[in-house]
Amino acid sequence: MSDFKTPIYMDYSSTTPVDPRVAEKMMQCLTMDGVFGNPASRSHAHGWAAEDLVDQAREEIAKTVGADSREIVWTSGATESNNLAIKGAAHFNQRRGKHIVTMKTEHKAVLDTCRQLEREGFEVTYLDPMENGLLDLDVLKAALRDDTTIVSVMHVNNETGVIQDLAAIGEICRDRKIVFHVDAAQSVGKVVVDVEAFKVDLMSFSAHKAYGPKGIGALFVRRKPRVRIEAQIHGGGHERGMRSGTLPTHQIVGMGEAFRIAREEMGAENERIRMLRDRLYDGFKDMEEVFVNGDLDQRIAGNLNISFNFVEGESLMMSLRDVAVSSGSACTSASLEPSYVLRALGRSDELAHSSLRFTIGRFTTEAEVDLAIEQTRAAVEKLRDLSPLWDMFKDGIDLDSVVWAAH
Amino acid sequence: MAYGDKVMDHYDNPRNVGSFDAKDAEIGTGMVGAPACGDVMRLQIKVGTDGVIEDAKFKTYGCGSAIASSSLLTEWVKGKTLDEAKEIKNTAIAEELELPPVKIHCSVLAEDAIRAAIDDYQSKQ
Ligand SMILES: Cc1ncc(COP(=O)(O)O)c(C=O)c1O
Repeated sequence: MSDFKTPIYMDYSSTTPVDPRVAEKMMQCLTMDGVFGNPASRSHAHGWAAEDLVDQAREEIAKTVGADSREIVWTSGATESNNLAIKGAAHFNQRRGKHIVTMKTEHKAVLDTCRQLEREGFEVTYLDPMENGLLDLDVLKAALRDDTTIVSVMHVNNETGVIQDLAAIGEICRDRKIVFHVDAAQSVGKVVVDVEAFKVDLMSFSAHKAYGPKGIGALFVRRKPRVRIEAQIHGGGHERGMRSGTLPTHQIVGMGEAFRIAREEMGAENERIRMLRDRLYDGFKDMEEVFVNGDLDQRIAGNLNISFNFVEGESLMMSLRDVAVSSGSACTSASLEPSYVLRALGRSDELAHSSLRFTIGRFTTEAEVDLAIEQTRAAVEKLRDLSPLWDMFKDGIDLDSVVWAAH
Repeated sequence: MAYGDKVMDHYDNPRNVGSFDAKDAEIGTGMVGAPACGDVMRLQIKVGTDGVIEDAKFKTYGCGSAIASSSLLTEWVKGKTLDEAKEIKNTAIAEELELPPVKIHCSVLAEDAIRAAIDDYQSKQ
């Protein structure tokens, strides 16, 4: 095992390690001999140098997503961007209407923000996806009302890696003058992001999903046609009043460099990652009762969300001591509910409990994939030998016909 | 969440995995939980003519703590009379395995399983 740093990291959708090139740039913005100044200090060279680096990073973000640099607002991450976008636009537009449309498969940073707005008197419609995870455009159209002010649909789903057809959704929203917000935390470096083609008005980004540092993100706020939002954090009036707080130069520089690398290397990187992901899936294909969750084609290259029926996800992860993955099983969280994303796709609770999410990335190797296959197969076999459900399945008993003593 | 040593030990080397013929008169079978809830335990006991549990086997679908709880239970019930086995409390299982609060339901399930197995055995006599 000495070849690997164990546990092997296959949880890139949760977060990524910082690319060494990014770390190098960040380190130049911290100490006395570096660019440590406050970018808002207008009166001396330390401030100007920092402001320059912030401007360059802003330019990198804009270029990566097809925006103008004046449309980028720095935040602490996609959670804050989602809060600022949805609350900010909901509040600004509340005289026009108080209805918001989103999906059941969104990240909690969107769903819980919507819940908060419901407590404030807004009305929210949570749409079901189709079985493959995609939004049915007719379902969207049917949900829109005269008082709908915001549609919020994520680009790439964090659990399944499924990619929504944003251009089609954007077209529908633009026609009806509805603000279109997109959580694109999982997109950069995995799929082309183009705010013009998608006709989005507000778009949330995060650095740490793309080999940048944690604690920094951005919100795209469209200028033409102009989209207005109410600030959620008040103070020194930074970021044109939309988000106050001293700009963290090192974080911003890190995000800029991470997005530059993502933009320039995405093509080659995705090809390599897709090959590895396909190799991983090929390693499981001949097993019985294995199901991929979400559409396999409309999905980012690095994601394999897969259910091994009749074994429970958390115990499976316990067996995978040398592979770091995540599971849709309830046992991984404090609640007893399995993944709400998989449930929304119409997956049974059992299959949701039996799911593993492998997400591979920049530093994944073929040898690591092979080891993950070997260990996963051994673990599934061991746990099926332990599973009364597997016995019943093998005896031809239909588990749906059993009356369970639920607790 | 990190697992305690005792849970890991039972998980790595589960005791008494397997099954008996449920139709046998000397066998009591308890199956509790539901796939939808993420755990199902099947506990079986083999009872001698003297009313003492001679052997026990289990199979469990569930998290590591559920597997450990049922594995431990099979060790504990062996050699006990049915009345003694009925006295096994989930709190004792949770304590022995040092289960964290979110895993207490696994020990509750194990307690339910032994009771269900005993009920099944007694209903057959
Ligand atoms: C889809 C999605 N949205 C939002 C977030 C939150 O991002 P951040 O950690 O930058 O706040 C995440 C990551 O957890 C995510 O996957």
